[in-house]
Amino acid sequence: MDDQWKDVTTDETISRRTLLTGAAGALGAAVAAGLPLMAGGQGAQAAAAAAPVMPADPTKLQGAPTSAVGSRSTFIKPSRTPVGETVGNSLTPLQDLTGAITPSDLHFERHHAGIPLIDPSRHSLLIHGLVATPLMLSYDELRRFPQVTRTYFIECSGNSRAAYRDPKPDMTPQKVAGLVSNTEWTGVPLKALLDEAGAKREARWMLAEGGDACLMTRSIPMEKAWDDALVVWAQNGEPLRPEQGFPLRLLLPGWEGNASVKWLRRLELGMRPWMTRWETSKYTDPLPDGTARQFSFDIDAKSVITAPAFPQSITRGWWPITGLAWTGRGRITSVEVSADNGKSWEPAVIHEPNLTKASVRFTHMWEWDGRETVLLSRATDETGYVQPTRTELVKVRGIGTDFHFNPIVGWKVQRDGRVVFHGET
Amino acid sequence: MRRAWLLPLALAIVGCSRDTGSSSTPGSVTPESVTAGEPVRHYGLGRAATAAEVTARDIDVGPDGEGLPAGSGSVQQGEALYKLKCAMCHGPSGAGMPPAFPAIIGRDPKAEGFAFARDPKLTRTIGNYWPNATTVFDYVRRAMPLLQPGSLTNDDVYALTAYLLAANDVVPRTTTLDAASLSQVKMPYAGKFVTDNRRGGREVK
Repeated sequence: MDDQWKDVTTDETISRRTLLTGAAGALGAAVAAGLPLMAGGQGAQAAAAAAPVMPADPTKLQGAPTSAVGSRSTFIKPSRTPVGETVGNSLTPLQDLTGAITPSDLHFERHHAGIPLIDPSRHSLLIHGLVATPLMLSYDELRRFPQVTRTYFIECSGNSRAAYRDPKPDMTPQKVAGLVSNTEWTGVPLKALLDEAGAKREARWMLAEGGDACLMTRSIPMEKAWDDALVVWAQNGEPLRPEQGFPLRLLLPGWEGNASVKWLRRLELGMRPWMTRWETSKYTDPLPDGTARQFSFDIDAKSVITAPAFPQSITRGWWPITGLAWTGRGRITSVEVSADNGKSWEPAVIHEPNLTKASVRFTHMWEWDGRETVLLSRATDETGYVQPTRTELVKVRGIGTDFHFNPIVGWKVQRDGRVVFHGET
Repeated sequence: MRRAWLLPLALAIVGCSRDTGSSSTPGSVTPESVTAGEPVRHYGLGRAATAAEVTARDIDVGPDGEGLPAGSGSVQQGEALYKLKCAMCHGPSGAGMPPAFPAIIGRDPKAEGFAFARDPKLTRTIGNYWPNATTVFDYVRRAMPLLQPGSLTNDDVYALTAYLLAANDVVPRTTTLDAASLSQVKMPYAGKFVTDNRRGGREVK
């Protein structure tokens, strides 16, 4: 806390001196004296940086100076929730975002042993097992390989569990589906690293291990490793955030997030899966016939309306119905919106770019006439898969199934304009 | 340490200079590319890992027991360790504090028969769900106890594995486990796990 306070006061001192010695000396002196800036006297000056007083007319006052790192408007306060979880998650505030890209600092989190603090100069990636030579690559060396930059969503396959099993009116888009995010990733195609290590073609599975306190491990089929898997070190133009795997993360496009192992430190090639805790006890899908799906990596097509949504209230007139759609099997080919609880559907506008295994933003203009109704969205992907209703999904998966929840969901607009979650489709 | 492929790499570069259009391509093309159908390039980045480096990280255990270390531990030893190292989170009876600290022990008759999809209230435990006994060893060794991961000896991990399997009615309480015996343990519901049959398309699965 002390350090933070010192930084703030130091910045302020610099800005005041700059103003005082500048050409606009008189104005600078006035600003430094706090005349237009401060509601109170000198005593209030120290608190100015933390809590600026809103001027009645911002066009009559010099604005704030430059800063090392930008921040959001004080009027805009998106937040992941819940916070403080080390074995748990935080969800992206979908209702606060527009477009398809998730800001890095709002990308959802799922940690199984907290976020490790890793010095990249001491981090390395070991590739061994069925390879010509076990290969040790430093963080710096990895970034010298040919790189690609691609936009992909990541969805935790536990996303929407609560909305599926026990939908409640007071669920927000964040609560309903906030374990999905969509960002731009930069890294090296895993194929290049496998070639460098001399990966043997007979290898069938690869164990990916993270450098967190649970040494997270998942077995990955080699088909995926040779196909579109990446080892990424950057997200949205800068090094990965610690909570997204700094310094290195495996990125398996279109697959459940847990398999995109964060803090990646080891890849072992072998002939059979390892049956780690996370692919047996967890991340398996019990089915009504008394079996459980294992290695159910693919994310099926899914969409969610992010506005209007709880806890919004709307008035009569035109509103954009907007939301996100994504599929792990390629591109979304259509998103339909129903404004009459599924009796009729109209195509929504899918905003470009529509990229493979990336979220798309959709919008659909709608005029509310004041009557109670339910708004729904339904995604279709390039395989012809159509997002099912909850009833259809419960029939084939059971209410107690544990991962991959992608039913059609929506929002009931009450006569008073209040919008509540509608999960029983 | 020079890697074995550096020699063919050098030869390939010499060869490339006679080809048209390929000499400006970074890296080099090896004979493997002919069989694989795609160019295999080596950039000479990284170094060969030493055997010690591989051993230090390669602690995984396979479902066939591959990777299980020397050592052994009994149910009785494991029970004492459980009380000391595990019970504060997973509870004295292994009921846990879900979701952060899952239930690990329990063979409630109501939860037998693998009917989890029909009833979300049924509690999954090692005994009524986990398909592989080796997973218990692998996970405990790599991740537990939560606040001191990696602090258990291999004997400790065998003992805890033995206790957890016995408490889940998988092995007798007289069991002592080592690499050979743990590899032979069959889990009650191992046969219940099936391949993912979802492939996209119109049918919802």
